[in-house]
Amino acid sequence: MQVPRFTRRNALAAIAAALTMSAASVTLLAQVSQINGAGATFPAPIYSKWFSEYGKLKNVAINYQPIGSGGGIRQLTNQTVFFGASDGPMTVDQMQGAPGKILHLPTVLGAVVPIYEVPGVNSELKFTGPIIADIFMGKILKWNDAAIAKLNPGVKLPDMDITVVHRSDGSGTSYIFADYLAKVSPEWAKTVGVSTAVKWPVGLGGKGSDGVTGLVKQTPGAIGYVELVYALQNKIDFGVVQNAAGEFVKASIPSVTAAAAAAVKAMPKDFRVSITNAPGTGVYPIASFTWLLLYENPKDKAQSKVMVEFMKWALTDGQKFATDLGYAPLPPDVVKLELAALATIKVS
Amino acid sequence: MLRRLRGRDLGFKIGTGAFAALIVVIVAGIGFELWRQSALSIQKFGLAFWLGDIWDPVSGEFGAKPFIWGTLYSSVLALAVATPISLGIAIFLSELCPARLRLPLTFLTELLAAIPSIVYGLWGIFVLVPAVRALEVAMPSSLRVLPIFSGPPVGVGMLSAVLILAVMVIPFTSSVAREVLKAVPGSQREAAYALGATRWEAIRAALFYARTGIIGSIILGFGRALGETMAVTMVIGNNPQIKASLFAPQYTMAAVLANEFTEAADDLHVAALIEIGLVLFAITLVVNTASRLLIWSMNRPIEARRATRIPVGAATAGGPA
Repeated sequence: MQVPRFTRRNALAAIAAALTMSAASVTLLAQVSQINGAGATFPAPIYSKWFSEYGKLKNVAINYQPIGSGGGIRQLTNQTVFFGASDGPMTVDQMQGAPGKILHLPTVLGAVVPIYEVPGVNSELKFTGPIIADIFMGKILKWNDAAIAKLNPGVKLPDMDITVVHRSDGSGTSYIFADYLAKVSPEWAKTVGVSTAVKWPVGLGGKGSDGVTGLVKQTPGAIGYVELVYALQNKIDFGVVQNAAGEFVKASIPSVTAAAAAAVKAMPKDFRVSITNAPGTGVYPIASFTWLLLYENPKDKAQSKVMVEFMKWALTDGQKFATDLGYAPLPPDVVKLELAALATIKVS
Repeated sequence: MLRRLRGRDLGFKIGTGAFAALIVVIVAGIGFELWRQSALSIQKFGLAFWLGDIWDPVSGEFGAKPFIWGTLYSSVLALAVATPISLGIAIFLSELCPARLRLPLTFLTELLAAIPSIVYGLWGIFVLVPAVRALEVAMPSSLRVLPIFSGPPVGVGMLSAVLILAVMVIPFTSSVAREVLKAVPGSQREAAYALGATRWEAIRAALFYARTGIIGSIILGFGRALGETMAVTMVIGNNPQIKASLFAPQYTMAAVLANEFTEAADDLHVAALIEIGLVLFAITLVVNTASRLLIWSMNRPIEARRATRIPVGAATAGGPA
């Protein structure tokens, strides 16, 4: 009795054919130069838009994986990706751990807004930085606290416990928010600090912007924070925050761009600057750049050339896609400085 | 011909043996890699990592105790809720259910297992959490003084996590328990009836016969509860604190990994998170080993009785009393 056998010869032929085909497609990809990047999730929608628009123009394939700022920095340091992206600038330690000099290039701006659910209150609530810090440190416990009431005359604030909601996942949003609170509250700077994940003194952790929004909307007396993009796209009402000049400003795309413009004068050469609590009028105070990270002298010069060309386009023509997606475009002065910095990247 | 078959037998034996050995290699590899990657944190904190209750990525202080507590507390409570329900489902489906209903009901329980955990999580946020909050608000203040019901009624917290875990564990435990009960030989029940047992007594005999498999199904559910990540993190409140209260927001090991790993850039933070993975791995290993030992010790007397040729059916029918 013969046990049926695999027809080995046929199988081998099929494998050989498959190998030839995949080899062919690899060469094809190499011709259109595939560039890989990874990092922050916050700018992922605008980056995808840019890469697809630019791909149509120049026939280059740039691939971006939104794995988070920390992951992006790690992969860039290990040189498993060509470029990284982060919502917070790399620390000095991180830069020293990298095998070469890394440039920070701001691409667009984002902002963080306070959202809340207070029964009986339909008007926009006003906040100051120190009050938000005290709420998130558990020092202001009731909505009808004198400090909040004084800022919001005429609003009937209930005698209700404040439930603080923060992001539980490490995120650039938390980084910007904590960075702002550290600037306006010395106690926050000392006891909590600034990071993508901090040791929150009080409150509930919601996962992602949708987690935070879900908890805030369902919990009477809750306050939380989300990105401006998220609040605009989901039509969530948010509060007004006092800026460094003493004005109460509602976050909007112009008021966020204004924050960056206000920071131009004091812009350091490496663009690693926090623009929270920026000086000047019309400025929204909880705003930040998001950065694309590139090596100054990368190994692969062909990819470097493509990437520099792309960045020139993104900083100029590409900026027009920002507003539709809810991001604030860069002010022209910042773009000028960045184009000069791009020229220092080695492309040959 | 014979020689060739023998050769194939040998080849088959070696082949399958290699696959089995692969499992050992993978488990050892995971353990080693977790240990290697968390070396920084192990060196810095040592035993204090297990005992510390502060988790502060900014100042670089990491203690895992609140996460270990949250994981074990939520899993044990979820098991306490899910086990009786699962066994009830299993017994009904294998012993009492009309044949017409058996297939659709079995299908539905198994369908629960196929729902992705993110869907459970969303259901948790939008349906379960508001219901739990309503329950918490409605609870009379005389009960609220008890430590397990203390704290503000916010809905998210241990109770929501326990309930969602229980729902997720039920399909696993109940379908394995049902299969185990189905595998009990008909002669067991017939023997019980022949001795004049009532239906309930016959079912008890079957349960006793299947007890090691049932324990196994419960352990399977426990493993599922220990490792569940997405649904739990969405409803537990993610606050690393050790509280007995069911209303308090707490945190689990799997949840902190899912939350902080992607954004952790600092080496020590990453190492501490990987050490959390190592702790979870160690706890899972201990739980599984302990359950094996339990099953092994339960099986021994039966085998001893088998050896002396006492009919097993007779022994089991009288056994569980």
